[in-house]
Amino acid sequence: MPLFAQITNLLAALFLLVAFAMLAQRRIVHLINLYALQGGILALSIVAVGYGTHQESLYLSAALNGLLKVIVIPLILYRLVRRLGLAWNRENLLRVPTLLLVGLVLNIFAFDVALPIAHLAGTINRDTFGIALASVLLSLLMMIVRTTALTQVLGFLSLENGLIFAATSVTYGMPMMVELGIALDVIVGVFILGVFFFHIREEFDSLDLHRFDRHEE
Amino acid sequence: MITQVGHDPLDIALAVCAMWLVLAAASLALSHRPRALRALFVGGAAGSFLFAAAGLLALFAPATHTTLPLGLPQLAFHLRLDALAAVFAILFGFTALAISLYTAGYLRHEQTARIARMAGQYHLLLAAIGLVLLADDAYVFLIAWETMAWSSYLLIISDDHMVLARRAGLLYLITEHMGAIALMLAFGILQAGTHAGLAGYAFGVMRETTLPPALASVVFALGLFGFGAKAGFLPLHAWLPEAHPVAPSPVSALLSGVLLKLGIYGILLFTLELLHAPLWWWGVLMLVLGLVTALFGAIYSAAQNDMKRLLSYSSIENIGLILAGIGLTVLFQAYHMAALATLALMATLYQTLNHAVFKSLLFLGTGSVLHATGERNLGKLGGLIHRMPWVAALLLIGSFAAAGVPPFNGFVSEWLLLQSFLGATSFPQPYLNMAVPLGAAAVVLVAGLAAYVMVKFYGITFLGQPREAALKNAHDAGFGERIALLLLAGGCLFLGLFPAWTVDLFRPAAAQLIDPGAARDTLEGHVLFCRLHAATHADYGPLIVLGALALVSAALVLILRRLAPAPLRRVAPWNGGHDTRTARMQDTAEGFGQPIRQVFAPFFRMQIQRPAPAETAPVYASRVEDPLWYALYLPITRSVCRMSEWVALLRRRRIAIYLLYAFVTLIILLVLAP
Repeated sequence: MPLFAQITNLLAALFLLVAFAMLAQRRIVHLINLYALQGGILALSIVAVGYGTHQESLYLSAALNGLLKVIVIPLILYRLVRRLGLAWNRENLLRVPTLLLVGLVLNIFAFDVALPIAHLAGTINRDTFGIALASVLLSLLMMIVRTTALTQVLGFLSLENGLIFAATSVTYGMPMMVELGIALDVIVGVFILGVFFFHIREEFDSLDLHRFDRHEE
Repeated sequence: MITQVGHDPLDIALAVCAMWLVLAAASLALSHRPRALRALFVGGAAGSFLFAAAGLLALFAPATHTTLPLGLPQLAFHLRLDALAAVFAILFGFTALAISLYTAGYLRHEQTARIARMAGQYHLLLAAIGLVLLADDAYVFLIAWETMAWSSYLLIISDDHMVLARRAGLLYLITEHMGAIALMLAFGILQAGTHAGLAGYAFGVMRETTLPPALASVVFALGLFGFGAKAGFLPLHAWLPEAHPVAPSPVSALLSGVLLKLGIYGILLFTLELLHAPLWWWGVLMLVLGLVTALFGAIYSAAQNDMKRLLSYSSIENIGLILAGIGLTVLFQAYHMAALATLALMATLYQTLNHAVFKSLLFLGTGSVLHATGERNLGKLGGLIHRMPWVAALLLIGSFAAAGVPPFNGFVSEWLLLQSFLGATSFPQPYLNMAVPLGAAAVVLVAGLAAYVMVKFYGITFLGQPREAALKNAHDAGFGERIALLLLAGGCLFLGLFPAWTVDLFRPAAAQLIDPGAARDTLEGHVLFCRLHAATHADYGPLIVLGALALVSAALVLILRRLAPAPLRRVAPWNGGHDTRTARMQDTAEGFGQPIRQVFAPFFRMQIQRPAPAETAPVYASRVEDPLWYALYLPITRSVCRMSEWVALLRRRRIAIYLLYAFVTLIILLVLAP
């Protein structure tokens, strides 16, 4: 197995590990750190695939992902957390071991589902598709079990990481236009959510979702 | 006959639509100047006149096409003004001319904000109607159709402080939406049948394609439902009697005079133009539906006590006759009997044009009565002929027309319709030969009931003595309103007295839809005569009838003058020569309608409250309700409510639960994917 393929697999494994870590992490600041780490791993693995297949456009994609997900969005989120005074908040998260077990089952399921799809793909890193799918499902699970708005947004962002990762593994990334479009959507989304958090807190005195479940209609 | 003046009629019509849009926009800018706002309506009237003129020019020129650089990337707006659209353009332009003039005067005493709102919505509606007639692809047609639906909805609820108006508006909007969905599906199937991609949405491509009979029948059924929601025949009629009374009178006139007719236009467009190879049972279905609708409308309008409800049921009746005419046309066309099909089509179009003119006249007239008295209930009107001579005289013409009395226009179209029913004796199917002429009997019954209804409408409102003291202060209609009523009454007279010229208007449409040769030979005539066909000897000469009527009445007057010995002096019996008749001794609207309610009792859902013999303040009240409302509409509403309750069970009002739904769906799809 060529070296870059081994590196790709290693990075994919790290990616999944971070996804698990995010599922179990209680402190918001650490969660943002993990998100930045995941973004970094994503960028690196795109670079590795680009090196292995000699596709220069992937370098641009990697740079864009790195800039956005390692620097810009985490910075915005840090500032947001500081201004909302949530920096060292510890979220109530029940039954972490159960959660991790559910995650494990999802993981096996994802690999099972991904196998036939990966066979269709002609890419060198097609084996990592199962990992990408697993991390998408883990992010969704995280969104379901989290109880504050900010952590749900982090779950959403991590889900988007998983999607980009899946795209890289099956088709060497999406068309450039699509990827730029997604990047723009994410950045705009984060800005808007930032504004909304302030409004939500003014309205409900909290970002705890339980408080405004009742007001939803 | 009419020379080309150097302008393409389609360009004129388009320019008028653009002008209406500009007027709608201008109403926003002028929202604080009531006089300028009312002047907008005069501008709109000028536009309507031009639109009718464009229709008239287009009748005698070949159909013109154009495309506008708007719309979807591969589907520019296709527009076309052909002979069928031109007939409806004349109908719409003439009616809208009168209604616009009327509205300019009618809104004199309204609040400025309301005039501004109505001016915007009204001109938007005119532009949308114009565009529906000009549309030559499904996309622009549906855009215009939907714009028409919601702008008319806004006009209906423009008295929105009335709860009733909002409820009626909602019923209208829902009905229209269901119809629009059916139309979208129908156009989708038509487009799929052309195998031409996006270009298949153009009507031009659809005209070239012939669908297999099963698919064509599906399209026909969807189209009948969709356009039926607009035209208001039987199961889809419920919005009409609710929306008309609450809408301002000019809006009722536009709804009844023009919007219903666009449903008719759509059905003609679908059955004879886009599907162009009709099956015989389509005709039978429309014939039966039309006759049932006509009877239903006639019976129910006789039982109404509210002026505008009565007129709206009478609209249902007329739409039923028109639909029966279309059914007959399609039936003849399916058996390739071109001459009879042409006759039936001309009767249909004649009836359509007549109804637009006289029903607008009647609705505008009720508007003037409503303005003068503030009363819609027939039981509180009466004797208005002394206070409102203009309105009374002009509405008499409209009532005669609606009653189908010669020499007015309603008679001509009923005569033509009867002739085409009676001509139907040579179908290859013996059952049809026996059954179709029976339809003529139904038409005669409907015509008789219509006359009865008009006697009730006119007699109770204008004749006799005022039933309320307040009616003494009623005033006649203003200048603008009078002009509008005069125009429409003149239209009734023209259409009634010159049928041979009127039929010439329909000849190009019949040539386009059925057969040029048959269109040339059917219904020939000159000013005095109108002859059905060279082979038959059925003639109608309205001027001769008019002359004969005038002679007979003059002779009668002279003879009676001669025979009457002395001026009569009426003295009440047992009264010592004093006159104690009061307004309460006259026949009431309820009383006048009682025989019909009695004869047709099984058709009504009636609640009657009779006073006990010993009661000192006896109250008699009867309420007539629509059985279809209980049999069809309410069960549908209930089942929709029940279904939404089931759906509500899924809603747990927690974001996490919704995310879980998405998650589970994703997992299930992934499991199912291989």
